[in-house]
Amino acid sequence: MKKNGRKIKPGELERRENAIGYLFILPWLIGLVALVLWPMAQSFQYSLNKIRLLPQGMAKVYVGFENYSQIFLKDPDFIMGLETYLLETLISVPVIVAFSLIIAMLLNQKISCRGLFRMIFFLPIIIASGPVMQQLADQEAASIPMMNVTMIEQLLDEYLPHVLAVSITSVFSNMITLLWYSGVQILIFLAALQKIDTSLYEAAKMDGGSKWECFWKITLPTVKPMILLNVVYTVIFMSNNEQNSLIVLIYDTMLSATGGYGYASAMAWLYSLIESAIVILFALLIMGRKDVYERRAKKHRREMKKEARLEKKIRRRGERNERKYAKQQLKQKQKQSKKSA
Amino acid sequence: MQSSSLSKNKSSLKRVLSAENREQMKYKCRKFIFGSKDTEGAGKLFVIYLLLISIGFVYLYPVLYMISKSFMNLNDLLDTSINWIPSQMYLDNYKQALKSMDYWKTFRDSVVVAGIPTLINVVICAIVGYGFARYEFKGKKLLIGLLLFSFILPPQATMMPTYVFYTNLGLINSLKAFVVPAVLGQGIKSQIFILIFYNFFRQIPKVLIEAAKIDGAGHFKIFRKIALPSAAPAILVVFLFSIVWYWNESYLTQLYVVGAFTSNADTYHWSSLIVSLKNFENSYNTARSVAGSGMVDINESIKMAGTMLSILPLLLMYLVLQKQFVESVDRTGITGE
Repeated sequence: MKKNGRKIKPGELERRENAIGYLFILPWLIGLVALVLWPMAQSFQYSLNKIRLLPQGMAKVYVGFENYSQIFLKDPDFIMGLETYLLETLISVPVIVAFSLIIAMLLNQKISCRGLFRMIFFLPIIIASGPVMQQLADQEAASIPMMNVTMIEQLLDEYLPHVLAVSITSVFSNMITLLWYSGVQILIFLAALQKIDTSLYEAAKMDGGSKWECFWKITLPTVKPMILLNVVYTVIFMSNNEQNSLIVLIYDTMLSATGGYGYASAMAWLYSLIESAIVILFALLIMGRKDVYERRAKKHRREMKKEARLEKKIRRRGERNERKYAKQQLKQKQKQSKKSA
Repeated sequence: MQSSSLSKNKSSLKRVLSAENREQMKYKCRKFIFGSKDTEGAGKLFVIYLLLISIGFVYLYPVLYMISKSFMNLNDLLDTSINWIPSQMYLDNYKQALKSMDYWKTFRDSVVVAGIPTLINVVICAIVGYGFARYEFKGKKLLIGLLLFSFILPPQATMMPTYVFYTNLGLINSLKAFVVPAVLGQGIKSQIFILIFYNFFRQIPKVLIEAAKIDGAGHFKIFRKIALPSAAPAILVVFLFSIVWYWNESYLTQLYVVGAFTSNADTYHWSSLIVSLKNFENSYNTARSVAGSGMVDINESIKMAGTMLSILPLLLMYLVLQKQFVESVDRTGITGE
């Protein structure tokens, strides 16, 4: 019972040891503050100013939200770029993710030459960089030559609104680019598929489940978190790509005489907000959809609740009736007693 | 009369037999094509292979196109009858692309620009990942949330202040602009690597670490002697992906390391293959104006040769290491739990 702090409380040692963890993550912590949080705050501050670069430094003039309003009112490039970006992302992200799931499932089968096929499908991870894709796109080597895109466009134009038809056609004409962007996604799906317990499939087979049912009831629910991961990865990859026209626009604005840092920062912030909105939208769409088991469990729970409520209702009614009956009896008795009196 | 009934009987028996036979044949055929519950049918396999081969061809198409075009001379390019196979192995495209890209110096620079930040990335991400995996300190959940957030955050949002910050510190136009963020765990896609190490180090049994502690090993010794040696697959994955992503990063390299907008004569002028591919046309034209009549006008073949040259080192690395590349992903638990 010394009082000079030598006494150690339970859990104190463990806590002290765990504090060493801060030492390990210290470099990252400094980096987070210095290179992520602080620049973020600063860039928001930039976006509220008009900034001109002078030889002796930056000249800032506070303008409030004028930069933002200017984007919407006076800058057709950004709004138009935003429109195509939104449509392209919303269409091509599901295409890429679905496609990479299919390829991963094909590669997960027991086939010969699996190593060779894997090598081919992971090749794009290595070589698909901005300038290389640019060179290939310039030579029109990024589209499948046998595919007649104009016919597809004409066909789609008849049934769909023009904007949608054009963006769907762009998916077809940039097919190879899209396929090439799905390297990492295939890798992630494949790793997830290999982790699924094979005894699950065997049990399903015993119960007479077909392969189709196995896919919907075993494979898909298991890889669902990976689908979310891949969707997020794809959205980020597509949005932060150097091929993206909006990114190019922001970079150009940053260095141009009319735009400057302030205006470009406002653009960047707006763009980041929209990108996060897309990520959240996809996340809600995927996580919001319950699979078969969850739905069934929910239904069961709901039915149980309903039954319980019904039971309660009946019981209460019974009690009420009983009380009524008792009252009536009491009245009758009183009447009788009055009469007799 | 008897004989006729007998023959009738026989024929009916035959019919029954043949029907049974046919049924069996049908069943066998179906089994052969669609497979039973235990084995894959030949038809199904055929469809799978067809799909894989055709999609594989589509994947390889740009690379094949690149290789074939890069060997064509001007006559082959203009000749409509030549589609894939050039009339001769024409190596002049490569020679001229080599000359205009200043290939050997650029290649050496590229290796350094991609290699040094990668090594730092591996070390720092391993340390940070270990810190997250092994210790239960206060606010860990929040910090992991921030880690994910910094992954989702688009780089443009922090681009301009970072550029100003680097300029003020004098990091621009040198390798320091890549080294400093890597040391602080904010290199290109470092967040993913930290998560990979985090997932990996969590799988190390606690008993092992406790045994080492009893034997008197300190925190850093445990990390060095026990955690790191068992993390070889994770280190390999992080190394490969990091070097590929650094190699392929053209915009940041151009902005920070090469110094596209502010060139300073007295410092070493860095370059990288991807950046020089980005500016291929310009640099080719300047090289041509210097060299005079020695070089022909730029054409598709030369561009393709330049593209081929800039991805060739990665391609070779991939061919050598592809097994590790493909398989180590399964072992590191990149997908998490």
